[in-house]
Amino acid sequence: MIPAGFEYERAGSVDEAVSLLGRDEDAKLLAGGHSLIPLMRLRFTRPSLLVDIGRLDDLRYVREDGDRIAIGALTRHADLVRDPLLARRCALIGEAAATIGDPQVRHRGTIGGSIAHGDPASDLATIVLTLDAELVAHGPGGERTIPAAAFFAGMFETALARQEVLTEIRVPKVPAGTYLKVERRAQDWATVGVAAARVDGRVQVGLTSMGATPLRARSVEEALAGGASPAEAAAHAADGTMPPSDVIGSAEYRAHLAEVLVRRALEQV
Amino acid sequence: MTRIALTVNGTRFEEDVEPRQLLVYFLRNGLGLTGTNVGCDTSSCGACTVLLDGESVKSCTVFAVQADGCDVTTVEGLAEGDELHPVQQAFHEQHGLQCGYCTPGFVMATISLLKENPDPSEEEIRRGLEGNLCRCTGYHNIVRAVQAAARAGA
Repeated sequence: MIPAGFEYERAGSVDEAVSLLGRDEDAKLLAGGHSLIPLMRLRFTRPSLLVDIGRLDDLRYVREDGDRIAIGALTRHADLVRDPLLARRCALIGEAAATIGDPQVRHRGTIGGSIAHGDPASDLATIVLTLDAELVAHGPGGERTIPAAAFFAGMFETALARQEVLTEIRVPKVPAGTYLKVERRAQDWATVGVAAARVDGRVQVGLTSMGATPLRARSVEEALAGGASPAEAAAHAADGTMPPSDVIGSAEYRAHLAEVLVRRALEQV
Repeated sequence: MTRIALTVNGTRFEEDVEPRQLLVYFLRNGLGLTGTNVGCDTSSCGACTVLLDGESVKSCTVFAVQADGCDVTTVEGLAEGDELHPVQQAFHEQHGLQCGYCTPGFVMATISLLKENPDPSEEEIRRGLEGNLCRCTGYHNIVRAVQAAARAGA
C-alpha cells in the first residue's frame, strides 16, 4: 500500500509553511504523520503537495503563560506524557497522551496534528474542548485565536482556513481532571472516551467517539451545576449525541459506555 | 525525486528518493537491509520497528524524506561482529520467538523501552510493547527476554 505520488517541501518556518500552503489547493501539512500517512497509504486522501513542518523545533514546548499553560503544536505525545509542568497543573493531558496508540506512535504523533486532523476519535481533541482551550493559528493575515468550542466543525473538518497552521494550544491549569477510555484492544481508537475536569470551580465534561466531532456533555454539566450526584448527572451522558454504530460497537453500546465512564470520571473530580 | 542524507547503522548514505517512499522500503529495497520486516502495513503490528534518533518508530509510517539528517538503527546494526546485542542475546536465551517474523521489531522496541525505563515491571513491559504483535502469541517468553535483558543492563 504505497501512497499516491506528491510533491514534498520542508518548511523552515511557520511563515514559509503558510506561504507553501498557498501554492497548491490540495496541499496538506505533515507534522508527525501518524494520522495522515495511514490515510494516504489507503489512498483515502491524496494531497498533491505535502508541506513538512516536522522540523520546526520552536513549536515543541510546554510552558507557563500566566494562568494558562501554552503547548507548542509540534509537541509529541511522548513529550506530553513526561512533562513535569503538565503533570502538576493539567495532569489529564499527559494521562490521556499515554493511552494514544502505542510507544512508536507516541514518539512521532503531535498534539497539533491530532487536533487539526479533526477526528472525532481523537483523545486530545476531546480534552482541549473540555478545557475550553484556545487554539492559536497562523495564516497569511497573521495570528488569530480560536476557542476550542468553535474549532471542531465536522468529521475531519476544523475552523482552520486552507492556509492556516495551528501553532499553539493554551489550556487552563486545572486542580482535578481525568480521561477515561474504553478501547477494544491495545492501540485501538477509543470506543468511547470521557474527559472531566474542574475548570474555574465548575466541572466540565467531554466525549470522544460519540458523534461527528468531539462533544461537550452540556446536560451532564448542567445537572451537576444543579446539584445532581455523579450517577444522576451521568444519566444524561448521551443526551443530544449521535454515536456511530460500527464493527467496534453499536450506538446503544456507546451510549451505555458513555454513562458508565462519565459517572466514574465524575467520581474522580 | 528528493535528495536525502542519513546515517543507517553508522554508515552515511546519500540517495535520491521519491517523496512517497516509506522508510521501510527505503531500508529494504534501497539499502538491502531486509531484517526490518513489513507485517501489517497499517501501522499496527510493529514488525517494521526501527530506531529513529534512538527512539522506536514504525518505519511503515515514516516517509524516507522525514528521516533526512537522522540516525537510523535497524536490527542489522545491533551486533558487534559475532557478539549479539544484549537484547538479542536475551531473546535467544529465553527463546523469545517462535516463527521469528516479529522478532526484529520486538528487539528494536525493547531497546527503546529499556532506554526509557531500564527496570520495567512485567506490566510495564507488556504495556511498553503494545505496539508490537506476535501472531504466534509467544508473549510469555518475549516478556521473559525483556526481563533478562533488563537484568543484563541492556
